[in-house]
Amino acid sequence: MSNIIRTKNAKDKIRKNSVLRPESAPSAQALKSDTQPAVVFCRPASLRDIETHYCAGCGHGIIHRLICEVIDELNIREKTIAVAPVGCAVIAYDYWDFDVSEAAHGRTPAVATGIKRVRPDNIVFTYQGDGDLAAIGTAEIVHAANRGENITVIFVNNGVYGMTGGQMAPTTLAGQKTATTLQGRSLRREGYPLKVLEMLAVLPGTKYLERVAVNSAQEVMRARRAIRKAFVTQMQGKGFSMVEVLSMCPTYWGMTPIQAAERIKNDVATFYPLGLVKG
Amino acid sequence: MAKIRIDKQRCKGCYLCVVNCPNNLIKIAKDLNSKGVKSVYFSGGKCTGCAMCALVCPECIIEVYR
Amino acid sequence: MSKKEILMCGNEACGEGAILAGCRFYAGYPITPQNELTAYMARRMNETGGVFIQAESEIAAINMVFGAAVAGARAMTSSSSPGVSLKQEGISYLAACELPCVIVNIQRGGPGLGNIAPAQGDYFQAVKGGGHGDYKMIVLAPNSVQELLEHTFLAFDLADKYRNPAFILGDGLLGQMMEPLQIPSRLESKTYDKRWALTGCSGRKPNIIRSLLLSEGALEEHNKRLQAKFSAIKEAEVRYEALNVKDSDLILVAYGSVARMARAAMSEARAKGMKVGLIRPITLWPFPEKILKETCARAKKFLVVEMSAGQMVEDVKLAVGDKAEVNFLGRMGGGIPSEEEILQHIEAII
Repeated sequence: MSNIIRTKNAKDKIRKNSVLRPESAPSAQALKSDTQPAVVFCRPASLRDIETHYCAGCGHGIIHRLICEVIDELNIREKTIAVAPVGCAVIAYDYWDFDVSEAAHGRTPAVATGIKRVRPDNIVFTYQGDGDLAAIGTAEIVHAANRGENITVIFVNNGVYGMTGGQMAPTTLAGQKTATTLQGRSLRREGYPLKVLEMLAVLPGTKYLERVAVNSAQEVMRARRAIRKAFVTQMQGKGFSMVEVLSMCPTYWGMTPIQAAERIKNDVATFYPLGLVKG
Repeated sequence: MAKIRIDKQRCKGCYLCVVNCPNNLIKIAKDLNSKGVKSVYFSGGKCTGCAMCALVCPECIIEVYR
Repeated sequence: MSKKEILMCGNEACGEGAILAGCRFYAGYPITPQNELTAYMARRMNETGGVFIQAESEIAAINMVFGAAVAGARAMTSSSSPGVSLKQEGISYLAACELPCVIVNIQRGGPGLGNIAPAQGDYFQAVKGGGHGDYKMIVLAPNSVQELLEHTFLAFDLADKYRNPAFILGDGLLGQMMEPLQIPSRLESKTYDKRWALTGCSGRKPNIIRSLLLSEGALEEHNKRLQAKFSAIKEAEVRYEALNVKDSDLILVAYGSVARMARAAMSEARAKGMKVGLIRPITLWPFPEKILKETCARAKKFLVVEMSAGQMVEDVKLAVGDKAEVNFLGRMGGGIPSEEEILQHIEAII
């Protein structure tokens, strides 16, 4: 946790920039009279201080923040170029305070390849959902990985197409009900959920592959370490790095956010095992 | 003494912080915020500043002081 | 001698034009009849320290070019008809995001897999916008190996100048044939301000490349701005070749390799005493409407010759209106209109 401890200067910055409303805080007065408490957690500088469009309990907000924390910690904000997907995270560039390009649905790794090859000294990462990466963009991710492109991929697996209304994704679990699998995903009819990391692990071009989750504080800390390691892998010039993040979609899972977090632990992570896949 | 600050008006009411606080110090308010959501509030007490609440907050609206 | 002359095929000349223009990023996928271009770029990128990627698909290739353009590089991809169909999604995004790049289509017979013979069946796709949405590309139609080099060089300049994709519409005949080529010893390539490119936000506010505009009216505003740009291109960048248009009764209209046969037929017809001229559009978009309009003050008959079922002929009809009679001679699926065939049509019409 030492990496999120801020200095007094950071605290001053927060006081100046945040939109803390009186009713949400003990009051500015009370804070002043304190013996200067240290800020141990606040919004990372690379994450813009605006409200997101995500549903309550959606994991995207956490993952956006983790990326920003890592970028700030590694001091690479001014070198970073991100490629945003098509999907719920399509307007990630509204939230991140660094250079971001959009890409056509699934073409994200091809766009990142073009950027990184032209500007090898920049840090280039893609942020992709399971529809973007594991369905329409399967060719692009496999070949970027196989070429060993020195990029980082953050792959958000929530097992459903959120932006378009909760249809089945390649990663949807067997039996899971979606807008297009009303009786639940049938393995015979719709095939098996795709384990992308395991698939990519056999390629010599992939250097670091890890699966994490954001359903609890412990898992979020692990996720942060993995995202950091992925960026460091790129900074060391080792080659393709990817972190798959199991994330909640309470809206299209038809659950409360707390139930959705539980489902990750009980159902999703049992099919998609957490931990290092390669690296 | 550790404490947290929550930007109550931006709370969407997922309550992940509530279940992740090891000392159950975050409670659900009875009144609604400007979103029409029963937001969370810090009830005070023995906060250790562990930041578990902030780690799981998708809105990034919890600040932790120690 | 300030110019050196060498023998080169059209595909290679196109590649050399790109290299001379400072293109240092190429991504492509094998397809006949443009393969010499991809192979040439593989060699020349290696020699010039540029980036060559043989992509997993045409779709990936155009999106790699998108990425390279995002990062501010001069980038190119090339293909032939079926492959260019695959690129249409990417082209729409490039145009929407106002990213400069050059795309080459060495056309072959279609539809479908068709054959590998020369054709001009992709005119509509190139000129009218093969992808979704309202956009335009600057489309250049060379008719010789020399022009393949020069037009490709020019395309990079126009693309950067207008922040828009530029397109070379060639065909298998031009790509494959060899002609003496003069490589200009000095070609001045302008450099353009690319402050919009993604380079990392060091010392400036972050840049964003996007085409998704959701707020009320924003997309319409963006479209209006694009249309204003297209109007400016229409004003300034029309290119064509006009031969004997002042005194002719019949005007041939043809582009690319077909214009070579049309030109020969014109000479033959004039030798026989028929007053025949030729208009060869060099930019297919913007289309040289004005010269066509002016020409029909005297010429009351037009003969459009294409290697298609009749695509450019529609633009000629739009330009000429009811001021003249527009005839058409087209061959498809790899058929090439011969000089004699064109001459016969001239004699029948005039």
